[in-house]
Amino acid sequence: MTYIVNGRRFDREPAPGQCLRTFLRALGHFGVKKGCDAGDCGACTVWLDGVPVHSCITPAFRANGREVTTIEGLGRPGAPHPMQRQFEDAPGFQCGFCTAGMIMTSATFTKDQKADLPRALKGNLCRCTGYRAIEDAVKGVSAVETAAPGKAVGTSVGAPAGHDVVTGHAEFTMDTRIDGMLHLKVLHSPHAHARILSIDKSAALAVPGVHRVYTWEDVPRRRFTTAIHTDHLVDPDDTYILDDTVRFAGQRVAAVLADTIGAAEEGCRRLAVEYEVLPAVFDPEAAMADGAPQLHGSHDPFVRDPGHNILVELHSHIGDVDVGFAAADVIHEGTYVSPRVQHAHLETHGSIAWMQDGRLNVRTSSQSPSIAKVKLEYLFALRPDQVRVFCKRVGGGFGGKQEVIAEDLVALATLDTGRPTCFEYTREEEFTTASPRHPMSLTVKLGAKADGTLTALQVRNVSNTGAYGNHGGETLYAGGAAVMIYRCPNKKYDAYSVYTNTVPSGALRGYGMTQPAFAVESAMDELARALHIDPLELRRRNIVRPGEPLLAMHEGPDDVIFTEDGLARCIDLVGDALARTADQPHPGPEWLVGAGVASSLHETAPPTDHLSEAWVTLGDDLIYELAVGTCEFGEGTSTAHVQIAANQLGTTPSRIRLVQSDTDRTGFDTGAFASAGLFVAGNAVLRAASAVRDRILQFAAAHTGIHVVMCTMDDDGVVCGDRRVSLAELVALARRRGIRFTAARKAYGSPRSVTSNTQGFRVAVHRVTGEIRILYSVQAADAGVIINPAQVRGQVEGGVAQGIGFALTENHQVDGNGVMVNPNLRNYRIPTYADIPRTEVLLVDSADSVGPLRAKGMAECCINPVAPALANAVQDATGVRYRALPLTPERIYGRLPAEQSVSTG
Amino acid sequence: MDLNTITEVIRQPSEQPGMDWHEGDAWLAGGTWLYSTEQPDLRRLIDLTALRWEPLVPTDEGLEISATCTIRDLYAFAWPETWTAGTLFRKSCEAFLSSFKVWNAATVGGNICLSLPAGPMITLTVALEARYELWAPDGSVRFVDALDFVTGDHRNILAPGEILRRITIPEYALRKRTAHRRFTLTRLGRSTVFLVGTQRPGANDLLLTITAGTTRPVRIAFVPLPDARTLRQSIDAVPADVWFADPNGTPDHRQHLSRHFAEEIRRELTAGDLP
Repeated sequence: MTYIVNGRRFDREPAPGQCLRTFLRALGHFGVKKGCDAGDCGACTVWLDGVPVHSCITPAFRANGREVTTIEGLGRPGAPHPMQRQFEDAPGFQCGFCTAGMIMTSATFTKDQKADLPRALKGNLCRCTGYRAIEDAVKGVSAVETAAPGKAVGTSVGAPAGHDVVTGHAEFTMDTRIDGMLHLKVLHSPHAHARILSIDKSAALAVPGVHRVYTWEDVPRRRFTTAIHTDHLVDPDDTYILDDTVRFAGQRVAAVLADTIGAAEEGCRRLAVEYEVLPAVFDPEAAMADGAPQLHGSHDPFVRDPGHNILVELHSHIGDVDVGFAAADVIHEGTYVSPRVQHAHLETHGSIAWMQDGRLNVRTSSQSPSIAKVKLEYLFALRPDQVRVFCKRVGGGFGGKQEVIAEDLVALATLDTGRPTCFEYTREEEFTTASPRHPMSLTVKLGAKADGTLTALQVRNVSNTGAYGNHGGETLYAGGAAVMIYRCPNKKYDAYSVYTNTVPSGALRGYGMTQPAFAVESAMDELARALHIDPLELRRRNIVRPGEPLLAMHEGPDDVIFTEDGLARCIDLVGDALARTADQPHPGPEWLVGAGVASSLHETAPPTDHLSEAWVTLGDDLIYELAVGTCEFGEGTSTAHVQIAANQLGTTPSRIRLVQSDTDRTGFDTGAFASAGLFVAGNAVLRAASAVRDRILQFAAAHTGIHVVMCTMDDDGVVCGDRRVSLAELVALARRRGIRFTAARKAYGSPRSVTSNTQGFRVAVHRVTGEIRILYSVQAADAGVIINPAQVRGQVEGGVAQGIGFALTENHQVDGNGVMVNPNLRNYRIPTYADIPRTEVLLVDSADSVGPLRAKGMAECCINPVAPALANAVQDATGVRYRALPLTPERIYGRLPAEQSVSTG
Repeated sequence: MDLNTITEVIRQPSEQPGMDWHEGDAWLAGGTWLYSTEQPDLRRLIDLTALRWEPLVPTDEGLEISATCTIRDLYAFAWPETWTAGTLFRKSCEAFLSSFKVWNAATVGGNICLSLPAGPMITLTVALEARYELWAPDGSVRFVDALDFVTGDHRNILAPGEILRRITIPEYALRKRTAHRRFTLTRLGRSTVFLVGTQRPGANDLLLTITAGTTRPVRIAFVPLPDARTLRQSIDAVPADVWFADPNGTPDHRQHLSRHFAEEIRRELTAGDLP
């Protein structure tokens, strides 16, 4: 059969059941992405005879004799289609993984469709942007600016990879072909808790194309944690690559290595596994009770009380809460529940490994190649020089890729066979086996004087870490941020991280702070109502102010520098915005309308070790090479790093070439999480770029004989007094003397600053159906000095959108056997364009940051106030308090005040 | 996704495609559901679209819709002005969770035979009192009322190897007045409930169809138009286990919404005489 793709003929025959997506990728069209492989996300959109289809649900043979167009054929680098240019200029992307599908869809829109984008875009999911930027792109609104030399900071320059992203040429992990590559598929446990008695491999090994079957007997017997932190001791070593006990439905039982995915799948189906099913426990309170099924032995002293499944227990007490409650005029107590939610980054996890010159190479979708490398060294007893781990562009992370859950298996297979190996998650595996947010239940008790002054603040937090302890402890500590935000002499925080037979929880944007923020900010709102005080005013009276200690759990020295009242200004801005919009049109008599607010605050880097190293080198091509280990998954640190370097070097981003996230080509970097990509790695970039600048200036000063204080960088030259020397001349002179303008600098995540925000919503709640509509959304954020205004706006919008999804549309459901009911994007509904309002983003300009150029990361904190602000608005509208998320209509309607519209005749 | 167990696709089946049916076969139309989930038990696909059935055939008796008619074709169909119920074609298409891109391939028959509670082509054809023409593997033909086809979530009366050939909507149903209500948990999401009421022109009746909220379509005929209490009692008489539980709604909420929207439909068809 003959296929014509982007005008080129291919004489190739697809496999009988092959879909068009994989066929096009096999022909080298890697711009065709896999987000769901089920027709739900639209990332794989291509045209058949000019008509857009989801190529993952299109039989490949249907393209026979028809003209196929992919993103690579729509326009070319340097000569993009107008829609590609619009997406680059808006910019209408963050991680860029949905972008090809967005463009291939939008480029077909009729005038009517452009006028009805909620419907026209409902088959295209974006998890990063919150859709405003995509709407701008479709409508041709542009925000990207060009920076003048030395003026990159504060300018909305485009992402370095922008043109590649929109033309489909940005390489993601799976966008490569390696000859002789084998594929891994995993057999998952159907049971929530079971011992594996035997695994009969023979039928699987008899499948043509199957090379190996790995079980617990075939892996290094080394316990580790899948969680990524510089200090591996902050998580328990409680996990094996493959184990003889399975502790959640979905856990790996065996891995089959084969020539093709199909053969590996067949191998999995032919494995005969005998289980001894064990009693399982899903609820953390039940798991802590005497006599509950015990998940783990007592191998790791990190685990506090294995008999009661308690991984970590925290008890802190500042002052005396009993005295505080006794002194209170009003006491409020409530229990607030945040459920399990999933990152749903559009690119699933995946890794590819191969041997080269006797070294293990791993190409992976990770938020930290440096730490993934360390873990592989440990697991397989390799020297540091025997392993290289690197990332290409990463298709979204949100914390989900702060985990080593794919690299271990490809390394195992490649080290065993010497063959290249690929392991790519399915969307279902993302839901059933990758680490979601920790479900937490928090009981908050607040005491206050009649004037609103807090006298006691007590929190009991029960967190469900799932079957393993990755991130279980650190998220529990992080929860203290919700206690820290308010000044109160008497504070008590008791917290438990508990093992249960559920999918292991992990890192997710907001990291242990989002759930406590929902609880404490909801409770503060309830307290304000009990006191008859405006909720904004109650916050103003109690928030920590500069000069006061930030107290969560312990009194003592801290490393946080906090000198400006950013949070108070956020509160004022949101208060003003809600007042200014109070006369919005009412949606009608069937709707109840109300407004709500919530605030959050946290440090700009994690309390645990966070390190980054940056290298800057001026090359003979007069381009500065900036090497930094941080990877790019849409958080925008690459853009910011380039801007910071260009700023210091007096040039423009076009003169900076970024090399990133490759342990062979960059220094160590703990990883892109906890807002550290800007705050820590950004500081390393700043210092390295400044050091190179100083070297160049000193060299130029010596060369011209003009004092260095009279020398300044001037794009491709140096101005020394009234003379200008070109970089070309300086580089040539330096080269003759064996000098290179290069520098390496490290940064550490301490001291830290604080970042804060306040979210406001006005909502309408339907009296009968329980539907919630957002009428207005505003977030004010203290992001310090702004490096890139368009990116900051985009990050806040994206965080608010994700927060809206977690609060209003996403519902992770598990049946009585601990098996997820809706492990797909069709039934686990992340927000579509139609679900997300515009959010007005207001920025407070503060200058108290110790981050690079006084900037603060804000992409994490922005999600924390979203859910409580919604719940507070819903109470304001309905008079009913909902203390458990999500706020989906079927959970809302039954408690609404007397129904009026159904007459009983 | 790739269906790796498929070893053969019958690209050009015979005019009686059921004759060659055996275990492990599946009928392929748009493929938009078939390719969206793992199908480990399937070995062979038989491509019904190769039979080139005329998608939409208006006749004096009504409208014949071939099973392989795409959603796009149905959406674009220009119905005669006298068919007042024709507005439901578009409304039903818009009730799909999937986007217009999927409509380019997905078919009316595929949606009906998938037999999910939220299948809007089931809503449409049950509400408009359609008959389905089914072809057995031995060449025999039977006709069933659309109401009797879906028997539960993802279940229907098709025997192995039997196919849905066409759907016939009677002309009198197309001339009826209609009112509809739909609710979704997210803004343009999958239907939690989808109700349609129809009424004969100039008459005082109500044919109420409840779908999506129930595991199979429920159709209740009222002559004359009921009062609110009677309507509510009829909905309350729907057996409890028919209200559907899935991630798109709970049985309680679905029953509650159905009462509410049925009453709105009743009022709409009571008031005014607009079509």
